[in-house]
Amino acid sequence: MIDAKDREIIEALQGGLPLVPAPYAAVAETLGLDEDALLFRLAELKSRGVIRRIAAAPNHYKLGMTANGMTVWDVEDSQIAELGTRIGALPFVTHCYERPRALPDWPYNLFAMVHGSDRDEVEEKRAEITAILGETCRAKDILYSTRILKKTGLRLKTKG
Amino acid sequence: MTLDATDRAILNRMQDDLPLTAHPFASVAQELGITEDELLSRLVRMKEQRIITRFGPFFDAAAMGGAFCLCAMAVPGDEFETVLTKVNAHPEVAHNYERTHRLNMWFVLATETPEGIEAAADAIERETGIEVLRFPKLQEFFIGFRVAA
Repeated sequence: MIDAKDREIIEALQGGLPLVPAPYAAVAETLGLDEDALLFRLAELKSRGVIRRIAAAPNHYKLGMTANGMTVWDVEDSQIAELGTRIGALPFVTHCYERPRALPDWPYNLFAMVHGSDRDEVEEKRAEITAILGETCRAKDILYSTRILKKTGLRLKTKG
Repeated sequence: MTLDATDRAILNRMQDDLPLTAHPFASVAQELGITEDELLSRLVRMKEQRIITRFGPFFDAAAMGGAFCLCAMAVPGDEFETVLTKVNAHPEVAHNYERTHRLNMWFVLATETPEGIEAAADAIERETGIEVLRFPKLQEFFIGFRVAA
């Protein structure tokens, strides 16, 4: 869990880190903290997994990775841990999750995100997954993204 | 908009964790063999050009006691923009993508409490009259996420 000071820090950073030589000093000033105190707090948030990493989020589309397919699969529940681990380890799979089915509309329980420069490349990668899953896969589909409708990341609600 | 080799090296490096030190850009610039000024000016430009959508800490809502949930809706084509405005108005909607399927709107809810997910999804159902299917993750098989620039 996070305390009030952590919350202030997260609120100050959720829009991003300033692109200046001493970004933490700049943020610390707006929070009325000193730079070392802020760095200490951030290190603690990181060790607790609240901050996963401090990094850039690229726009896939602008990088030429214009095809993005969410591949979905219906596999035996008893085998999903083993199969999911194998699919998640593939270099072209960026996210891989087990999720609940929503029957009857949605029979799929394994989701693997595949990016490529075009749909042909994504289909080739999808065929590799099909080959690995083999007979254990009862149904499959792919959902291409056609438009980013929103991308902001986590926003904390301002508490009154 | 074109990216040169230096831009690409920067993008690849900056998707990995930045050191938690007073002058993090100086050490990354040194790794890349460029000056801190050049690194910062290129980052500013790539952010302005929306090649970088965001730069900063990636928070894990679950570690703060909160939750994430992937949700999907089957939105009729002629209502799409109206529904989109209502869905995106919720601050809990962190990402939203249009996809090729009868379930054509896929978004991630990020909330501070597990109950917040149900509250937000229920509110969206009430406002739009469309069912919000919920697909919370049961197991994660890989957490790395990088794109080769």
